[in-house]
Amino acid sequence: MLTYARWKYAVFLVVLLISALYALPNAFPQDPSIQVTATRGAPVDEALRKRVTDSLKTAGVPLKQAELVPQKNSLVVRLPNADVQVKAADTLRAQLGNDYVVALFLSTDVPDWLETIRAKPMFLGLDLQGGVHFLMQVDRAAALDKRVDGLADDIRTLLRDNEVVYDSVDRRPDNSIVANLRNPADAEKARQLIARSQPTLPLEVSGNTIVARIPQVQLDAMAVDAVEQNVTTLRNRVNQLGVAEPIVQRQGSDRVVVELPGVQDPGEAKRMIGATATLEYRAVVEGNAYDAIASGSIPAQARVYYRRELGPDGKRIPVLLNKRLIASGDQVEDAQPISDQQTGLPAVSVRLNSAGGQRMFDFTSENVDKPMAVVFIERLPETRIVDGKEVRSFRVDEQVISVANVNEPFGRQFQTTGLSRQEANDLSKLLKAGSLAAPMDFIEESVVGPSLGAENVERGLRAVLYSFSFALIFFLFYYRVFGLITCIALMLNLLMVVAVMSMFGATLSLPGLAGIALTVGMSVDANVLINERIREELRMGLPPQTAISEGYKHAAGTIADANLTAILAGVALYAFGTGPVKGFAVALIVGILTSMYTAVSVSRGLATLIYGGRRKVQTLWI
Amino acid sequence: MKPFNVFPYGSTINFMRLRMVSLIVAGALMFAAIGAIAINGFNFALDFTGGIGVELRMDKPVDIEVARDRLAKAGYSHAQVQTLGAGTDLLVRLQHEGKGGAEQAASVGEQVRKAVASPDNPATLRSSAEISAQVGKELAINGIWALVFVVVGFLIYISFRFQAKFAAAAIITTLHDVVVVVGWFALTGHEFNLTVLAGVLSVMGYSINDTIVVFDRVRENFRTMRAEPTAVLNASINQTLSRTVITSFVAFLTVLALYLFGGESLRGMAEAQIVGIVLGTLSSIFVACPLLLWFGTTKQDLMPKARDEAELARRP
Repeated sequence: MLTYARWKYAVFLVVLLISALYALPNAFPQDPSIQVTATRGAPVDEALRKRVTDSLKTAGVPLKQAELVPQKNSLVVRLPNADVQVKAADTLRAQLGNDYVVALFLSTDVPDWLETIRAKPMFLGLDLQGGVHFLMQVDRAAALDKRVDGLADDIRTLLRDNEVVYDSVDRRPDNSIVANLRNPADAEKARQLIARSQPTLPLEVSGNTIVARIPQVQLDAMAVDAVEQNVTTLRNRVNQLGVAEPIVQRQGSDRVVVELPGVQDPGEAKRMIGATATLEYRAVVEGNAYDAIASGSIPAQARVYYRRELGPDGKRIPVLLNKRLIASGDQVEDAQPISDQQTGLPAVSVRLNSAGGQRMFDFTSENVDKPMAVVFIERLPETRIVDGKEVRSFRVDEQVISVANVNEPFGRQFQTTGLSRQEANDLSKLLKAGSLAAPMDFIEESVVGPSLGAENVERGLRAVLYSFSFALIFFLFYYRVFGLITCIALMLNLLMVVAVMSMFGATLSLPGLAGIALTVGMSVDANVLINERIREELRMGLPPQTAISEGYKHAAGTIADANLTAILAGVALYAFGTGPVKGFAVALIVGILTSMYTAVSVSRGLATLIYGGRRKVQTLWI
Repeated sequence: MKPFNVFPYGSTINFMRLRMVSLIVAGALMFAAIGAIAINGFNFALDFTGGIGVELRMDKPVDIEVARDRLAKAGYSHAQVQTLGAGTDLLVRLQHEGKGGAEQAASVGEQVRKAVASPDNPATLRSSAEISAQVGKELAINGIWALVFVVVGFLIYISFRFQAKFAAAAIITTLHDVVVVVGWFALTGHEFNLTVLAGVLSVMGYSINDTIVVFDRVRENFRTMRAEPTAVLNASINQTLSRTVITSFVAFLTVLALYLFGGESLRGMAEAQIVGIVLGTLSSIFVACPLLLWFGTTKQDLMPKARDEAELARRP
């Protein structure tokens, strides 16, 4: 019998309403814009607005409007096209200086009531918006080195604090830590101490040595943790670049994707994101460094470092520093570039976190009038040619930038000199953003110009539009009344795809648009199956209403089987694809799901509205 | 009012009579595709090989040879240059030449732009990308994993909903389509990039979809018709023929729109899908059904198993 339950009509209406609401924001035009926000409490007011519009006029940059947004304390300048966006930003950056941050973004006219129900337009991918994309590889081995070294350091401190005398605590290449104790009698005590502070660490005692083997699971966790910390640090750094909607995501176990929409010059972004400069504070080991190097008898707790400035003989000046860290860039909470009050030299004012501050205080109280050194560490990429193949590697550059006697104990807050003005500025930014837990390389980098993005949007939309209108015209012509039903189902399907993708905050890319176009092609299939089946039932001599309900019933099973297998392919694309392929897969999966609902359920409801109930139907227009 | 149709209903074409021919043709196509892959290999895009790609727009059309000479003078001797769409858009591809990571794609892009541009024909840089080969290797491996995932998924689902012989036939048909589409790219030497891979994988989706629709009807007819398997298969294909033709036609036009209007970046994907839709449609008729016959599918295969076991259990 051709019936369609009331509640299903209700469901259909609710779906229609929600889809329309959430697809709506995409209909508002998006303008390439520039956002000006104050950094140090500078005023964002009418005067600034005038200053901005005047300077843009002078530079010959056309603009649509400049409006103040009080709730965000910013000024938004809308521009006619993406080509002038970069020029406008450059003009304003030069004009406004350091008091304001100038960021590029796309602004929309989406009304507030839509924003309150969290309806947002789809975020446009880089290929549609223009911008810079980086893929970075985290150096896992280096990340582990750092962590395991830290662990060895903790064990040393633990033994010393509990008066267990040891000859050495060393890290082996296989990431195990070996402690050689002076006295075998202490071994059990030491084992208990270590086990209490590191309960997950398996320990083996033999004679006076204790071997701690870090389990693989823990090593893996350390590596993932390091990557996560890098992601956080990168986010902080990107925020200082003033990009409106940056994406920083972990990809796989050791990669990070950074996407900066609207940015056109990757150079500066790269310098800021990839920089790995940091500081270390170490105690100076007494003794003549020259003699130690000449005789080869370097004290066990020391390592040779070199001063930044050259000695009178034109050679580097060696310094012996303790292997133990007092504090490092990891523990910095805040850093500001300043000028030293006494000398006027550039300096960085540093504030450590409480743990770092405590260690610094302990060290300085015990070592008044003894020297402490500051090491500036930078990781520089270099490429060498070995056997005709290029080998990329990194050179870690460690320079002692200052050695000064501790005049009085200090804790969390102090300042460090010995840097150039530029270095002090960059370093304080880096320290503030947090240091990278592990070094990273750029392995992929791409830039898409804004005009290319606009062109891609236009092309993609045109392709979707053509494929869609063609399908509609064909159906109207071929299936008449049922063609009309099919058209409504197809349109709702498109609306639902857009709504679902907007709801999930999916990024729309060019392949995503292709996926939507392909969805139209696929959803045609379900509708054709139904309509053909109805024709077939009619040819077998069934009365019209029975033919319709039989047609839907038989076709539904076929559609489910055929589409579920196609979804499998979509899931595979999503699971194993990256970037553009993922976008395509999302559009495809969502499209198949919505097309199953619209073709099977919605179109049946419409058919029932037209042909259902008690009326006598003589012929079907199909 | 007679319904309008492109395809006469009630067709009784004997497709199964051609089964040997069609399977031989399919086998030959596959063989040719594998041969093309083995001999030609692929023209892999940056996505897979790593390197630097720079897209430029010139004011006037430019001769590729001239552009290549200018790049060689600037020290980029192994640059591949091709035009995109209009003669004014160029894609320049460079392999990393001993200056990798620290080098910036943007600066290379700028250098390439300067090299190609001349005073009377200035160029603007539209995009530039630098990709490491390592990423490419992973992409290829992931593509293969995706394929394995899909095949296993199909096998489980179709065996569960239909029967193992159907699953085998459907998967062989789908793989045939994928291999031939991939072979097409090897044969023509058209660029094989990431979106082409996506296109190839979506061809799997289309191809299986088409095959399942036919199989669905085969299953139904096996359960209701009292006839030889050959007759059942022929009837099933003929009954679904109008739907197959219409769907393929509309889907074909959809991807044709992508090919014509989607611009350069979607051309590869659309091309894979155009070839895939034509193949997927033909193979569901000429490969999948003959395979079913060849595997000896019978009425019993689709009957619920429980009854036979109960029958056996009753016997003393």
